[in-house]
Amino acid sequence: MAGSAATQASAATLPEDKAEAIYHIYDGGGVKATGPALLVRKSLADRVSLSAQYYVDAVSNASIDVVTTASPFKETRTAWDFSADTVVRDTTLSLGISRSSEPDYIAQAISLDAAHEVFGGMSTVSMGFTRARDQVGQKGVVGWIDTASHWQYRAGLTQILSPTWLMSANFEAISDSGYLGSPYRAARVFGAAVPERNPRTRTGRAVKLRSINDTGALVSRSSLRVEYRYYWDTWDIQAHTYEIGGAKYLGQSFLLDVSLRGYSQGKALFYSDNAQSETLYVSRNRQLSTFRSTSVSAKLSYTWPGLPAGYDLKVTGVYELKQFRFSDFTDLRNNTPYSYNANVVQLYVSATF
Amino acid sequence: MSKSIQLLALAATLTLLQGCAIQPWVKPYEREKLSDPIMQFSRAALADKHREHIHNVREGARGATGVQGGGCGCN
Repeated sequence: MAGSAATQASAATLPEDKAEAIYHIYDGGGVKATGPALLVRKSLADRVSLSAQYYVDAVSNASIDVVTTASPFKETRTAWDFSADTVVRDTTLSLGISRSSEPDYIAQAISLDAAHEVFGGMSTVSMGFTRARDQVGQKGVVGWIDTASHWQYRAGLTQILSPTWLMSANFEAISDSGYLGSPYRAARVFGAAVPERNPRTRTGRAVKLRSINDTGALVSRSSLRVEYRYYWDTWDIQAHTYEIGGAKYLGQSFLLDVSLRGYSQGKALFYSDNAQSETLYVSRNRQLSTFRSTSVSAKLSYTWPGLPAGYDLKVTGVYELKQFRFSDFTDLRNNTPYSYNANVVQLYVSATF
Repeated sequence: MSKSIQLLALAATLTLLQGCAIQPWVKPYEREKLSDPIMQFSRAALADKHREHIHNVREGARGATGVQGGGCGCN
């Protein structure tokens, strides 16, 4: 939002009315998650812009954790998001609520964001806050077994640097407390499977820098985007995310995007593939291990020609190949470092009116 | 130098510096290229949300994605 708001010539404006429908697929590492999602945004009397989102994830899980320590399962997650945006002079205020529910997990959140344009519309300063509370369940156990709370504080600056160059810097601090693990996941201590034991608090911080340039002087009607994020937290995880992407119009109706993303992280202090001592906390959650992930993606959009002014209809297809390579997570089926590839597909239609 | 003279000198310096203040150097009429969709960091909210969820569930890092909201339901 901050990025688009910064490009407005004068005072801040409400987001444009639009509708999006998507079908998304993730397939990799024994997990297949698919489903539709819908978004509708409509302004009322040019004073408030209301938005509603509905998102479904139908998950079929036979991941490495599941096949080595439990049984494959299927479940569906549904999420609702509602938000209201309003503009006061040069400031856009957004209030949002969301609820995500699975048979054994419910997450509810409320968020407040403000984006303020300064310096003749060349800079947009944004701040936001999210408070979330989760209820954690376990199959076969009646009721909830525990809760978790999350606090997110974020700030950002989007800056126009030249008629063809835009940059942004974002910072976010996230604090969690409560049950921060999974009741199904097992750790390994002296080769034996034991329930994982995670700390009940975690604070993470992330800084992200982004730059986008119009590169029309080199390649007609094109842009180049570069992003970097550094993350660190009190579980001793440090992570670097790099992304570079290019966009290019092809003819009057097609837009092609390609991107390359690299991600690497160091393990959490209490992560162990097979612990050789008894410790207060122990986990074999591979999300907390040392690993690298590389992705390449291509996106092609087609804009429907001949629509009246003010109306826009796009059909878009995205394919992304992701590769995960773990350094200290052993595939117990063959005693080699675990790795897998995943395919991501998105097909969506978006309309502005 | 008395305190009042110091304050006067400070006020005079600040007044003079106002003349050197940086003005917005990209005028509204020069922002046509910046308003093109290819110059937006995010163009499709649902597609970005799906991608962010994939990363939140599988990677240790979180946050500073530049999008508002939150509460991913990632267990």
